[in-house]
Amino acid sequence: MRLKITHHSVYRYDAPVGFVVQSLRTTPSVFEGQKVIDWKVSIDGADAGPGFRDGAGDWVQVWTIRGPVTEVPVRIDGEVETTDLAGVLRGHREMVHPMVYLQSTEATEPDAALRALAAEPAEDLAPLHLAHALSGLVSDAIAYRPGVTHLNTSAAEALALGEGVCQDHAHVLIALARVRGLPARYVSGYLYADPDGAPHEAAHAWAEIHIGGLGWVGFDAANRTCPDDRYVRTGSGLDARDAAPIRGVRASTGMGAEELDVTVAVEAVAP
Amino acid sequence: MLTLGSGGEGALMYYNEMFDGTKVREAYAGLADWIDHMPAEIRQMKQAEAEALFRRIGITFAVYGEGGDPDRLIPFDMMPRIFTQSEWRRLERGIKQRARALNAFLRDVYGRGEIVRAGRIPARLVYQNDAYERAVVGFVPPRGVYSHIIGIDLVRTGRDEFFVLEDNCRTPSGVSYMLENREIMMRMFPELFRGNRIEPVDGYPDLLRRTLESVAPAKCQGRPRVVILTPGHFNSAYYEHSFLANLMGVELVEGADLFVEGEFVYMRTTEGPKRVDVIYRRIDDAFIDPLTFRRDSMLGVPGLMDVYRSGGVSICSAPGAGVADDKAIYTFVPEMVRFYLGEEPILKNVDTWTLWKDDDYRYVMDNLGDLVVKEVHGSGGYGMLVGPRSTKAEIEDFRLRIQANPSNYIAQPTLSLSTCPTFVNEGVAPRHVDLRPYCLCGERIELVPGGLTRVALKEGSLVVNSSQGGGVKDTWVLSE
Repeated sequence: MRLKITHHSVYRYDAPVGFVVQSLRTTPSVFEGQKVIDWKVSIDGADAGPGFRDGAGDWVQVWTIRGPVTEVPVRIDGEVETTDLAGVLRGHREMVHPMVYLQSTEATEPDAALRALAAEPAEDLAPLHLAHALSGLVSDAIAYRPGVTHLNTSAAEALALGEGVCQDHAHVLIALARVRGLPARYVSGYLYADPDGAPHEAAHAWAEIHIGGLGWVGFDAANRTCPDDRYVRTGSGLDARDAAPIRGVRASTGMGAEELDVTVAVEAVAP
Repeated sequence: MLTLGSGGEGALMYYNEMFDGTKVREAYAGLADWIDHMPAEIRQMKQAEAEALFRRIGITFAVYGEGGDPDRLIPFDMMPRIFTQSEWRRLERGIKQRARALNAFLRDVYGRGEIVRAGRIPARLVYQNDAYERAVVGFVPPRGVYSHIIGIDLVRTGRDEFFVLEDNCRTPSGVSYMLENREIMMRMFPELFRGNRIEPVDGYPDLLRRTLESVAPAKCQGRPRVVILTPGHFNSAYYEHSFLANLMGVELVEGADLFVEGEFVYMRTTEGPKRVDVIYRRIDDAFIDPLTFRRDSMLGVPGLMDVYRSGGVSICSAPGAGVADDKAIYTFVPEMVRFYLGEEPILKNVDTWTLWKDDDYRYVMDNLGDLVVKEVHGSGGYGMLVGPRSTKAEIEDFRLRIQANPSNYIAQPTLSLSTCPTFVNEGVAPRHVDLRPYCLCGERIELVPGGLTRVALKEGSLVVNSSQGGGVKDTWVLSE
């Protein structure tokens, strides 16, 4: 499938700010399931660092603006050719040992309820079946409902609420997988929504679980599926904060407020 | 002065660095006279003079977690600790060997992890280690060096028996004491330095600077600009940061003095921004870049890690270097020497029981009163139990802490640390000492002949940390 992605963000500041630094992880991953046809990132008035591929296989680039500025427009435009690999991250070059992803974070710290849920699938399930079972449990436990959770909602809080968005599904699944000893990580990317399908967030997130012999496999508990050719993967981390496509800081003279406008569109186009 | 060799009961169990029975050892031959001819009044006067000098220089060391006076002087003992050239040579070879192995280990575990694949170190201890830094996986810093200044803590138990207590691969402190102790001794006792051929240590700042310059990134043009990054004057080792910057002739900066622009890091100066090539950081990984690590940190430089990863700046020690020096990894350093260098370790490790192993756990719990137990990530002498020096209640209290989290602890036999004559109120008495030499790793691996000798001033105490009532001594290596 050929997907065209338009992802424009504008950070607006009440008062002029200087020394904006942003670290971007917004370039599609390189693996057998996706091929970049064209990809362009630009920030008006900013200097780009040379960029590098990190140990997890993500392309990272730092952008800096000396300022002062009152808005920072980040424009990401590109096209990606995708192939359905049933969620398997085949051919992805990375060096980080999977065991690193057993480490829990604040957002994914298991509480008693998460541990209880993680214990539901039988003990002798093969890892792949266990991962599917856990993903199914998350889909059942958390109804898709925007607006009830926020950026800092933890897996434990989301499970208690029983509602949330893709970030919450991913966090809960990651927490469950780690409790069962499966390395798991958070993945950011984009999702193409069929015109007649269920409503999705175009800027999307899901989880990957490491299965011995198979490698990393994606699970999108929010949509009860594994990523296919409607998905574009850009980066990963221990949790949402760690995998954030854009991380930034600014030096501000005043206490000016920041406002963020984001437009994300994923369209299917003819090759 | 006849009491020198005997420090009360038990003293005979310990290796006395100055005396072999009543015979003065070779290293101290030139000093015995000096001690014998120093009357108590002179000694007290000199001690007061030394303290005044330290105060004037401003060298102080705050004690973490104890409150009290943050500008407390670390006690200085005028009696030097002395090595012969041949003793030092062997130590030096052992230290360099260990430094090479530690850097080889770091390069490996941030690369293919051969030592884990070969089953020589459990994967969990490396990859689930808090100090393992995912952000630098796959990155090889200039010359493959991760830890540029390695402080190796050594103790002696016999004439040729040295043990490594721990490795410090991140930002070992204390080297300013090595330099100042010598400075003070030379000022107060110039005659000692005329009469004894003592290897100088004052080349350390130059050597450190050359080491740091030798690991500048490939993109650096001309002479590398080196800076020391300090968390600021509230830090207990701030004096040392500014001292070293001064002696090396480099800038001392805080995070706010640096900024990232494009592909490089710059320092703000009155003459405009200057590009920085090498950052000798004296702040922890968690605080160096709020974009990669703790984002509430105000101490670091946003974007620094991205510039580092793309080869625009060198950071010493490399972020993630700490995975080589925790107490759990420590037990595997001899294995690293064999695995990477194909050599037998020159310096021995202390036998260590790791409490996450059932057999070790049982043994340690049955013998708590005889052992030293430490936290895996502890330092500064905090959070440790010295069994033979503890009361029953203290031991039982510590037992509960271990039971709550066994994998947080390791245990070692109580070592018979060597003693060195030390000036105390009653005159001269043996006190236990250790040694921290500072090994520099860049284009070459080098160390100045000497180090920091710490002395446990309390009679019978085996804990030399300054935070636990330890003092320092000048450390001599005699030339041939």
